[in-house]
Amino acid sequence: MSYRTVIGLEIHVQLMTKTKAFCPCRADVFELPANTAVCPVCTGQPGALPVVNSSMVEYAAKIALALNCNVHEYSRFDRKNYFYPDLPKGYQITQYFYPIATSGYMDIDVDEQVKRIRIRKLHIEEDAGKLIHEGDSITQAHYSLVDMNRCGVPLVEIVTEPDLSSPKEARLFVEKLRTILRYLQVSTGDMEKGALRCDANISVVDEINNIQSNRVEVKNMNSFRFIEKALEYEEQRIIDALKNGQNVEKETRGWDLSNRITISMRGKEEESDYRYFPEPDIPPVILSEEKLDQIKSTLVELPDQKVERFVELYKIPRYDATVLAMDKEIADFYEACVKKIGKPKEVSNLIMTEMLREMKQLETEQIKITPEHIYELFSLMDKGEISIKMAKDIFPQIFRTGKMPSQVLEEKGIRQISDEKLIEEIVRKAMIQNPKAVEQYRSGKTNIIGYFVGQVMKETKGSANPQLVNDVVKRLLEGSS
Amino acid sequence: MFEKMTIEDCLNYNREELITQSYERIRSIDPVIKGFITVVEKPQINDGPYRGIPIAIKDNIATKGIKTTCASKILENYVPPYDATCVKRLKDYGFVILGKTNMDEFAMGSSTERSAFFATRNPWDTDCVPGGSSGGSAAVVASGQVVAALGSDTGGSVRQPASFCGVVGFKPTYGLVSRYGLIAFASSLDQVGPITKSVRDAALMMEIIAGKDPFDSTTVSRKIDFLSQIEEDIHGMKFAVPKEVYEYEQLDGEVAERFEEVIRTAQKLGAMVERVKIPSMKYAVATYYVIAPAEASSNLARYDGVKYGLRIEETGLRDMYMKTRNAGFGEEVRRRIVLGTFTLSAAYYEAYFNKALKVRKIIANDINQVLDKFDAILTPTSPIPAFKVGSISDPLTYYLMDIFTVPANLVGIPAISIPFGFVRNKPIGLQIMGKRFDDGKVLRIARNFEKTSPYNDNGRIRLPVVRI
Repeated sequence: MSYRTVIGLEIHVQLMTKTKAFCPCRADVFELPANTAVCPVCTGQPGALPVVNSSMVEYAAKIALALNCNVHEYSRFDRKNYFYPDLPKGYQITQYFYPIATSGYMDIDVDEQVKRIRIRKLHIEEDAGKLIHEGDSITQAHYSLVDMNRCGVPLVEIVTEPDLSSPKEARLFVEKLRTILRYLQVSTGDMEKGALRCDANISVVDEINNIQSNRVEVKNMNSFRFIEKALEYEEQRIIDALKNGQNVEKETRGWDLSNRITISMRGKEEESDYRYFPEPDIPPVILSEEKLDQIKSTLVELPDQKVERFVELYKIPRYDATVLAMDKEIADFYEACVKKIGKPKEVSNLIMTEMLREMKQLETEQIKITPEHIYELFSLMDKGEISIKMAKDIFPQIFRTGKMPSQVLEEKGIRQISDEKLIEEIVRKAMIQNPKAVEQYRSGKTNIIGYFVGQVMKETKGSANPQLVNDVVKRLLEGSS
Repeated sequence: MFEKMTIEDCLNYNREELITQSYERIRSIDPVIKGFITVVEKPQINDGPYRGIPIAIKDNIATKGIKTTCASKILENYVPPYDATCVKRLKDYGFVILGKTNMDEFAMGSSTERSAFFATRNPWDTDCVPGGSSGGSAAVVASGQVVAALGSDTGGSVRQPASFCGVVGFKPTYGLVSRYGLIAFASSLDQVGPITKSVRDAALMMEIIAGKDPFDSTTVSRKIDFLSQIEEDIHGMKFAVPKEVYEYEQLDGEVAERFEEVIRTAQKLGAMVERVKIPSMKYAVATYYVIAPAEASSNLARYDGVKYGLRIEETGLRDMYMKTRNAGFGEEVRRRIVLGTFTLSAAYYEAYFNKALKVRKIIANDINQVLDKFDAILTPTSPIPAFKVGSISDPLTYYLMDIFTVPANLVGIPAISIPFGFVRNKPIGLQIMGKRFDDGKVLRIARNFEKTSPYNDNGRIRLPVVRI
């Protein structure tokens, strides 16, 4: 390959603090009726002043620590000045000159390899409102409405170095970041609801001719899949241009979901001058060492640490540990099960296959299954009352209803058949019906045993104890009746 | 005589009559003075120790349910949904807000001629300006329409009109009075202050309006005693007079003469006066006129026709913005927005704004060093007395008049203007600047001058007889 892709990300994270960044309005405004979570401060009334929400600073510091950043004792707010109807003050309060944190990193797993992505800076800022254009098109609309609920919702912006070298890596980075945010309980991380927003800067280097393309900014990628799709599309578009001896425009493009392409959002328009200057209404933020230590002490075990611990403690494959640690709830669930049951690998198998599959189909957030259910399931298997296959068969029902495994078995009328006489009867019948197979076995073709086991399973609808069936078939075929 | 009454006088007066008398005075005098933009028809009367005492509020301070225009067309019909913290506190103590006073648009000016609506007249000479930008507040207090008023001071806007109208104007230490509800001009310089008929009244109002406000993070929790030491003498104090005062070319000769009397009075009071050099003071005006417009250009961005205030309908967003702001802002406001937008732009930020921030620090260091050795710095409040309406048109001449008042804002220190004599039958003011948080001491020094001034009657300032 003679083309090398260079990607850097700018990610906005909505913090789930109780109140907004600089006023007492509630911060969880998604889907609230328009302009119902507003006050003089966030609507930019003349004379209103911002007051820093201290939880916001704590949340930001938590994220910064989790991303191995250098968290600064002194940071400051600045004004970014521009005109737009969703920005009631005519400026956004952000951190430009002295961000709260710089120079961190996050490791991602790419094809079984660990890759370190450096983080340039992390700063706090406020969100803007929303415009609703009549008829949904900004160019055709006769009027537009402004919803200021989102004005002043606290955001953390994370800017990476251009260390990502493929669209897949970009997706993996954002996925991992979301996992961390959820571990920290500082953001819902819901991309669909705009709680996690990702913009990317992408360029491609033609390594043979040593030419780097212009950098293109891609926006509107509001799901993990679209991050990868949009960047793949853009990557190819740039490579095609380079192949033809051309370059792409240095511009901002948006992912067009319906046509699955990126389209130009702004022309070549010169860069805006935001006239940044220190926000005179807010004193500098001082995060003392003690305060930072206190925040550090509240940090939970992060995914990377959890993976290491799971591998070490439970001796499960790194792959398993990584999958389990992707979701803190799953990881906690897994650990609770293993503590009760033991069998770390078997439990991991069950959770990774059966439980994760069910969770993907789950529509509500409510999970009814508890480690108690898994414990009973394993006990039933241990006692030989059900097979692993039966356990898997009834799992969906346990998961969806929250009923105990024994209750599900009873209701379904399924019970493992461990009645030796009954099994013998079925085997004998099969032997009579198929004397040829018996002969084959006795002449040394011992793998014909599977046929008889299959017959028993067919007759019992799979509920016979497999170990017992095996024993009985062997014993009868060998003629020691 | 209602028109001469101070807040303290009112305490022993039939409170029910105060409001009636105030309205009568407004009705007869204000058509000439034109101090009010809005006179409240049905004022809210709360209980409290100062119940029934009528006051006025500068029209850039938010009053719930009462139009607050900043003397600008862009906010001509704006009614705030909330009270400024200082307003709320005064109301809680029983003060009654009778009206909102005229000012230079968005507090940008020193004459109140730059109101978008009309010019206010000086009660001492109605051909003259009352000063500004709190000219309306100073004029309605001096002419006895209300007992006291609030102004705002970004570069001298309380002190200079107080000087022109012969009343007391106090700019507190930055951070003592909440700016919540004060419509921002230059946030790092703005401070609300009282305009009164006595130094004691100013201290008394400070007792009420000062204090930490959870809605303004730049307020400090430090407790200041404004009133209890005010009558103590100033024997043995040391005052500095900057040599630069005398070097200033535009200093009116008669103002300089009166100022010599100030020095003699100080000595009579047992204080020592020394001339000192504060070389960086000469950069104060230039520094101020970089920082203030820069902050203003950002503070005034919210007046965009989208949410409230004036809107000129246009089909495109950009056109709506431009037409609205062009029609809504007066010439001086537009000049300062352009100036500030320029000095903040990426290409000029270092050369102008950032340099101004550095010079501001140097000025602060120099002045604080002087205040480490002296109890106060004395200057005339303004180099000239009130001038005729329409007589000055060059903006630079206007800006340069702020020479003595802007340093206190740049440094964030307390400063007061009290009447001290007359020049060509118009009052002039003495400015006293003190160390940060020495507000109590500044008021005490002012009170001593007030008691001893040969131009006062038994320690009471003289008030004008308005010719109707």
